[in-house]
Amino acid sequence: MTMAMTMAKTMAKTMAKTMAKTPWEVVIGLEVHVQLATQTKLFCGCSTQFGAPPNTNVCAVCSGQPGVLPVLNAQAITFALKLGLATGGTIRRRSRFARKNYFYPDLPKGYQISQYDEPLVEGGAVEIWYEGQPRSIGLTRIHLEEDAGKNVHLATGAASLVDLNRAGVPLIEVVSEPALRAPEEAAEYMRTLRGIVRALGICDGNLEQGSLRCDANISLRPWGQQALGTKVEVKNINSFRFVQKALEYEIERQGGLLTRGQTIQQETRQWNAEGGRTESMRSKEEAHDYRYFPEPDLPPVMIEEGLIDAVRAALPELPLQRRQRLMEQDGLSEYDATELTRESELTDYYSRAVAAGALPKRVANWMLTELLSRVTDARDVAQAPVAPAGLAELLGLLESGKVSGKLAKEIWAKMWDSGRTALQIATEGGLFQQSDSGAIEQAVRAVVDAHPDRVADYRAGKTKLMGWFVGQVMQATQGKANPQLVNTLLTQLLDG
Amino acid sequence: MKISPEQVQKVGELARLQLSVDETAALAEQLSRLVEHFEQLDELDTAAVEPTSHVLPLGCPERPDVTVASLARELVLSQAPLHEDGYFVVPKIID
Amino acid sequence: MDIVELTVTALAERVRGRQLSAVEVAQAYLARIAELEPTLHAFITVDAEGALAAARALDLRLARGEDVGPLAGVPIALKDIFVTQGLRTTCGSRILADWVPPYEGTPSARLRAAGAVVLGKANMDEFAMGSSNENSAFGVCRNPWDVDRVPGGSSGGSAAAVAGRLCLGALGTDTGGSIRQPAALCGVVGIKPTYGRVSRYGVIAFASSLDQVGPIARTTEDAAALLEVIAGHDPLDATSLPQPVGRYREACRRGVRGLRIGVPAEYFAAGLDPEIETAVRAAIDQLAAQGAEVVDISLPHTKYAIATYYLLCTAEASSNLARYDGVRFGLRAARPRDLRDLYSRTRHDGFGPEVRRRIILGTFALSAGYYDAYYAKGQRVRTLIRQDFSRAFERCDVIVVSTLPIMVFKLGERLDDSLQMYLADIYTISCNLAGLPGLSLPCGFSRQGLPIGLQVLGPPLGEEQVFAVAGSYEQAHDWHRRVPEVRR
Repeated sequence: MTMAMTMAKTMAKTMAKTMAKTPWEVVIGLEVHVQLATQTKLFCGCSTQFGAPPNTNVCAVCSGQPGVLPVLNAQAITFALKLGLATGGTIRRRSRFARKNYFYPDLPKGYQISQYDEPLVEGGAVEIWYEGQPRSIGLTRIHLEEDAGKNVHLATGAASLVDLNRAGVPLIEVVSEPALRAPEEAAEYMRTLRGIVRALGICDGNLEQGSLRCDANISLRPWGQQALGTKVEVKNINSFRFVQKALEYEIERQGGLLTRGQTIQQETRQWNAEGGRTESMRSKEEAHDYRYFPEPDLPPVMIEEGLIDAVRAALPELPLQRRQRLMEQDGLSEYDATELTRESELTDYYSRAVAAGALPKRVANWMLTELLSRVTDARDVAQAPVAPAGLAELLGLLESGKVSGKLAKEIWAKMWDSGRTALQIATEGGLFQQSDSGAIEQAVRAVVDAHPDRVADYRAGKTKLMGWFVGQVMQATQGKANPQLVNTLLTQLLDG
Repeated sequence: MKISPEQVQKVGELARLQLSVDETAALAEQLSRLVEHFEQLDELDTAAVEPTSHVLPLGCPERPDVTVASLARELVLSQAPLHEDGYFVVPKIID
Repeated sequence: MDIVELTVTALAERVRGRQLSAVEVAQAYLARIAELEPTLHAFITVDAEGALAAARALDLRLARGEDVGPLAGVPIALKDIFVTQGLRTTCGSRILADWVPPYEGTPSARLRAAGAVVLGKANMDEFAMGSSNENSAFGVCRNPWDVDRVPGGSSGGSAAAVAGRLCLGALGTDTGGSIRQPAALCGVVGIKPTYGRVSRYGVIAFASSLDQVGPIARTTEDAAALLEVIAGHDPLDATSLPQPVGRYREACRRGVRGLRIGVPAEYFAAGLDPEIETAVRAAIDQLAAQGAEVVDISLPHTKYAIATYYLLCTAEASSNLARYDGVRFGLRAARPRDLRDLYSRTRHDGFGPEVRRRIILGTFALSAGYYDAYYAKGQRVRTLIRQDFSRAFERCDVIVVSTLPIMVFKLGERLDDSLQMYLADIYTISCNLAGLPGLSLPCGFSRQGLPIGLQVLGPPLGEEQVFAVAGSYEQAHDWHRRVPEVRR
């Protein structure tokens, strides 16, 4: 069978699977706002630190006082270039900021400085791995803009409160083509994008702090139809789970309307996490007219070839490349490689442990079970009390048979709590595995001699008793005997 | 082009400017005159002309990503007509 | 010695040499203000206390032997568009009537650092929108030469204060002629430098791509001395030019021998007051007699400048003025029903009729469906106007024309007709559209005794040439020595 035929078959299968669910083809495009990990805001020197008391990271510029002017943060440009180059986009040698005019209390100047018809990056794609297949999700553009402040809505009383700490924090908006076909795929795209911006070191990826926020455009159309259906925008979704849920909800809602022969309203909706539904934003229904025009306070941004080359040369390996490398070079399974490349910190830990001499497969297993069970967030492994070299030492002891798997877990726990090395703990606790066949043989003989009835049963065909015998020997040796050796010796003695 | 009072009203809403009926009518008349004068630009064929948004042959200067002290919050809030607990206060926002 | 008749250089020299104290100077000018301000109303805020404190501090530093800068003790009026920390800044508007800024802008900071003493904040058209100062929310300012007439605008208070000897120098801003036009109407010198030459940081924005700061003074050399201090790169303004500042004072004495003076036919067309034309032509002859070569040039797109200018400046203004929403500073409508009501009423009550008119016009020019026909079209014609000047400056070094086509008019005379008011800006606005330096200086008086202004335009960063022409002309006349007798 040719490659094309295989692909066609897979596609047909996927289509059949989806079509079985709904008569509509789902078309999704995401606009993801990525908060850049710069020290200062996009147009002033105020700190971007999260969680400061209200209105303390605010100056004349970011509070929009009369007479102030913006000055562009160089790092924000470099960060945006990194993502543009990492996703294979075209960098505009001359791009421009524009004003997006609208009134809102969290927007101090009455306009947002953004980019409009001359964005920094055009095109490119994000490669995702979805349903066991690579998929390339095309990007329309990547542009820089400033964030708005925060409105705090009081449940009681007639007032809202405004905090401008976030006003002016740099964002890049990553706009995908309407190339996504399912809510799970959209979530995977966002997850992958998060992995990329973290690997590039341009965003901390803290979803709970709103470091990645997403607006989703979704429309339905009958299978086979070329023209797109009426688009609905769901605003301000800040987690992978909610992206998926909001889109699933919209598919249900829109599909229901279409099936009943009703039409879809082109509108903006928002995700209500508590209610698990999207809601129309009626107050924003008035015609939007942002009156974009070129920002007169900022000349065009000229990007020199030298900067592009330098940024490109310094690009780190991206999660999907890492995943590939872990599978090809280290022979890891797809599952292990995928999981270990979800966060840069995991990959770093893994790579350092392997570099310290541990076997890749063992490192992967240990990390995905023993290590991850001890941290609340995978990113915390960077500060784990056991360093990668420490794990490598422990796995070395395990590999050489000096400690058993069971004891290794005990040693690991002690390493975690005490900060001491595996060797120290094993030596002091006398936890080394006995691989001296003479001593083990003695123990084996003792067990066999003490239970002639069981030996008889075994020899009569109750081979399941082997486990019982092993357990007896292990107990007699306080778990230190090499279980494989015990097995071999027992087999020899009982079968022989 | 004549500008109607309805258009003025619509633009006034975009600009968040309350306009009385009289004012709207007067503005419609004044703006119509101005816009008619502006339409003399239609005499010029500018299809091949680049727009000027900056007269300077300058690129956008950039500043290093180094923190500068913010203003004291008392100063930031000192000119606000209404503030509370370190926040600016506005009428309840209904989304 | 009459303190208020000393030039900038002469006064600073005496203060630096401690023949005259900064406090004496401040007191002399504050006395003039006390006498004439009730008639002229050139100021929105007089800061006598602040001025005397600054003067005392200067004297103290001088007594310790410190160098306090080239403008030691020079008493200055700042157009009330300049943001001054701790000193009320209104921009001529009700919406900022009580605004006490939390920061200081660059131009005023540079003046203070050079030893200048700020006497107060000068009257102006609200948000610099106007040509007569009649759009001030704080009452009209009057022309010292005839108190029934306007001082011009929008920097009317600055020009009137300089002409009336209420200060020695002033800062104004010029978006479409707002420095040069009132300077001409008040018989003083005013220069709008090349766009980007003086920082706009801390200068309340009207139309950002056109606004430029400049000095108003009694002589070209005084203006040059002030410009040398305020000009230069500012990292806080991304449109600020990095080139080194010229030697403007020196240029004033350079002469015009060998300079080519362009005279554009379009600026001597119908509509130019004959008395003004006579004075301007005489000035050009005078410069030729001093060694300049006169060249006929053409600026064919001049007649499109008004339309282009008003489209672009109102569009930018509609955006720049969005921040006045009653939330963070300034006026706030009482008891708003909801957020929209807060915005709409605050902005209606806070802005005067001309500002509202321009916001509506500018919002319209940017709105969906009209952007291409109006705003974008204006930007393209702006290119054509710039190209006119580039071509002209291949054939000449400076352009000499009148500052305005009409004589100074009476208060209230033109208020009813905004188009007529706008059309009077025809000679000054092209300079802003092209970002060029332009200076106005007195070139005579009408039979009624009203000042007439001569305008000198240069290529980008051609301030030195402009000063050379103005300085050369000024040496042969004593227009600038005439002092208006303010009739109360």
